[in-house]
Amino acid sequence: MVKGSIDSIESLGLYDGPGIRVVVFMNGCKLRCKYCHNPEMWHKCEDNITSSELINKIRRFKGYIQNGGVTFSGGEPLLQPEFLISCCKLLKKDNIHIALDTAGCGIGRYEDILKYIDLIIFDVKHADATGYHELTGGNIIESEKFIEVANKMQKKFWVRQVIVPGITDSDEYLIKLKDYIKKIHNIEKIEFLPYHKLGSEKYEALNIPNQYLDKEEMDKGKCEELFQKFINL
Amino acid sequence: MKEEWEGFIQGNWCNSIDVRDFIQKNYTLYDGDESFLQPISKKTNKVWTKCSKLLKKELKKGVLDIDTEHVSGINIYDAGYIDKANEVIVGLQTDKPLKRIVNPYGGIRMVYNSLGAYHYELNPIIDKFFNEFRKTHNQGVFDVYTKDMRKARTVGLLTGLPDAYGRGRIIGDYRRVALYGIDYLKEEKQKDHDNLTGKMTEDLIRLREEVAEQYRALEDIKQMAQKYGYDISRPAKTAKEAIQWTYFGYLAAIKENNGAAMSLGRTSTFLDIYIERDLKRGLLTEKEAQELIDQYVIKLRMARHLRTPEYDELFSGDPTWVTESIGGVGLDGRPLVTKNSYRILHTLINLGPAPEPNLTILWSNELPENFKKYCAKISIQTDSIQYENDDIMRPIYGDDYAIACCVSAMRVGYQMQYFGARCNLAKALLYAINGGIDEMKGIKVLDGYDIMTDEVLDYDKVLKVYYKVLEDVASLYVDTMNIIHYMHDKYAYERGQMALHNTKVERLMAFGVAGLSVVADSLSAIKYAKVKPIRNEQGISVDFEIEGDYPKYGNDDDRVDKIATSLLEKFYSELCRHKLYRGAKHTLSVLTITSNVVYGEKTGSTPDGRKGGMPFAPGANPMHERDTNGALASLNSVAKLDYTNCCRDGISNTFSIIPDALGNDEKSRVDNLVEILDGYFGQGAHHLNVNVLTRETLIDAMEHPDKYPLLTIRVSGYAVRFNRLTKKQQQEVISRTFHARR
Repeated sequence: MVKGSIDSIESLGLYDGPGIRVVVFMNGCKLRCKYCHNPEMWHKCEDNITSSELINKIRRFKGYIQNGGVTFSGGEPLLQPEFLISCCKLLKKDNIHIALDTAGCGIGRYEDILKYIDLIIFDVKHADATGYHELTGGNIIESEKFIEVANKMQKKFWVRQVIVPGITDSDEYLIKLKDYIKKIHNIEKIEFLPYHKLGSEKYEALNIPNQYLDKEEMDKGKCEELFQKFINL
Repeated sequence: MKEEWEGFIQGNWCNSIDVRDFIQKNYTLYDGDESFLQPISKKTNKVWTKCSKLLKKELKKGVLDIDTEHVSGINIYDAGYIDKANEVIVGLQTDKPLKRIVNPYGGIRMVYNSLGAYHYELNPIIDKFFNEFRKTHNQGVFDVYTKDMRKARTVGLLTGLPDAYGRGRIIGDYRRVALYGIDYLKEEKQKDHDNLTGKMTEDLIRLREEVAEQYRALEDIKQMAQKYGYDISRPAKTAKEAIQWTYFGYLAAIKENNGAAMSLGRTSTFLDIYIERDLKRGLLTEKEAQELIDQYVIKLRMARHLRTPEYDELFSGDPTWVTESIGGVGLDGRPLVTKNSYRILHTLINLGPAPEPNLTILWSNELPENFKKYCAKISIQTDSIQYENDDIMRPIYGDDYAIACCVSAMRVGYQMQYFGARCNLAKALLYAINGGIDEMKGIKVLDGYDIMTDEVLDYDKVLKVYYKVLEDVASLYVDTMNIIHYMHDKYAYERGQMALHNTKVERLMAFGVAGLSVVADSLSAIKYAKVKPIRNEQGISVDFEIEGDYPKYGNDDDRVDKIATSLLEKFYSELCRHKLYRGAKHTLSVLTITSNVVYGEKTGSTPDGRKGGMPFAPGANPMHERDTNGALASLNSVAKLDYTNCCRDGISNTFSIIPDALGNDEKSRVDNLVEILDGYFGQGAHHLNVNVLTRETLIDAMEHPDKYPLLTIRVSGYAVRFNRLTKKQQQEVISRTFHARR
């Protein structure tokens, strides 16, 4: 019986993968992204569910997800490889589509995990090493290791970039990004997500200082414009 | 074979009254998309523009006008028109549009109250007549009510009972008028009357008298149509006639009765058969077909009844529940979707969104994909339609049933309902804790119970006493209902509607409950957290302190969901232990409509943490904002309530989701809504109201009603113009869970 730590389940996810998704928010993340809207999931609390308990909960939604599936998100799902693999095995017995929403910063066993994954939703964070470190506190090389394994296994990607005013919204940055994502072989979709402050109350509640809270939100229209610019590059 | 039936495939329907057989042999399944639909015609536009002006006036005044010179009846009023030259379907309740009828048969006091509220006075002769010579349903009931029944009513343990107004919820098979014509229906009733022989028991005497009344009512319907220049003694020859004849049948019902819900039935696919025949013969164009349906719907939108302000508080926004059931699947597996299923939904586009008629989709996994998508699209655009699960109703009611009011299924023409409002389950729980004493009024309502004195409530003890209370309440409820319907049959018999039923009709007595989620959460709190009552000097628990967390209904958590399901099973089995008037069958609903606000007002603080006076959740909904695991988990909890073995009168669930949470663009929103409906109903769930809107829109509409004259939302079993709800009801709707993107 493999146990893991999850924050919650959102039973009606419609953005994290194709169709209707049951999204599992998993605890624990090594990165400290300044715009993170789930800071309550940074620390991996104690294990609170077994893989079969989780799958039994998910099975209750089978009728809704015929054309959708399950998405592991968080937090960083790659930090609980045993648990993740165990869950995926069970889901695949029921032939359920599985997406992995990740920044690619795990602790290995990528091949064993990705065997079961139908779609990787990859959050780029930032296209250069310095910017990446500044934004997340992490090392971009880590995520590149993940991309390498996924490429080898010819995994499908949805690439996501959060557009933060003054950080990832310049023309120069878009060029850098275009270049950077060439590393990823099988991209099915690219999405620009406008930076928003919906998670700000959580910072206050958790008493975590965050300099980004003073930042302006990204305008949706402008974000869309940048995206058009980007695809025409 | 009658000449009007030329071109139809013959069958049993030609030899006896069998509308279902006619439909099955003759309808044309349509599985294409909506591209054939036509916009509003010039004539319709003219008529609707006039109506819109009148509706605005009515909204300002409360009622536009009341006919105080006549008393309700099928053939009492002169013909009335909106815009005679442009009306292709005619017929109004009185001689003027939106002029309301006085119906004292349910109760004369109700008439005084409603007239008083709008500063009208009854014609003194009518007044005298109903005071001196003619007894009403209301008087009959109160002659017989026991002290206990009066008490249960006063404290709000049993509320909304049809003991002072028309019971409604009866659907005449109005299609029979079109298919057979009045004369044949009269002949059949005459035959039935002749054959009702034997020992003259009370049952037989009553039935013979009723059939004689039905026969006379049919003649009245014929005469009433005559005033509009139509001879409906013979069957309808054309699509236009079929719609007109059917509407006359319905019109007779709403002239004679003012029941809470006066539903239409299942007419659109039936009418499609006539439209198809005319289209094939070149007598009709698609544009004209839509014009007929649009104008039919205009007439249905103009139906009104005179209500008291107290009634409006319970059921806000002047609802009439002209429920039309659309779609579904036949016993042979063929979907009953026709082009007319689309046309009637398309009226929401041509005429704009509106609460009436209460368009109800009978959802089945087997409906054509195109139709499912079209329904979802219209839902997203208008928030005006509701969905009910044909796959669980068909095995019980066959494939020619219709919905009365919000969620009550019945076989059209074969079954009728004795409507019974609902019982307040949350209050009953407080009686278990408070020794049968009402927590708001301080009076003893139930005998034989002790006030609980425990510092912390004990689950097993509370449950045991609660179940005993439910036994007593069920017994009292059944007795009360038996009295009400005895008197209603006696003093306010629906002769016109019953004339459009089989003589040997099956009767369903519909009981109901309110406050299900409050009780489920309360019992769960007592079981899984520590609940300490705070008592007043009388020893009555007036508030509760909860230590710790507990599982809440609406999160797909069996620990509490099972409390809800067993509670319903218990109450239903208790009701079933008691015999019903005229051999009726017991049914049960979990439905409050908008009365959840008033029930809440009349109920003290409950052990789930809900404060005294605060609204209940509507119908079977989880309590506001307690369903925190997303929309599907919430739906899954409600889906566990058992329709087939327990709640055959319906389980109402109202679902609000913000557009962004349903998808990025129209196509994905439509696809996702279809998936949600398939997933929900696939588990055997019964009903869903769908609202796709943001809370901000509603808040803005509350502050600036003029900006949103057409804003229509589904509340609980019916749709309503948002700006016609009371402030309290608006606030309650706003405080409901809106499933958002996270």
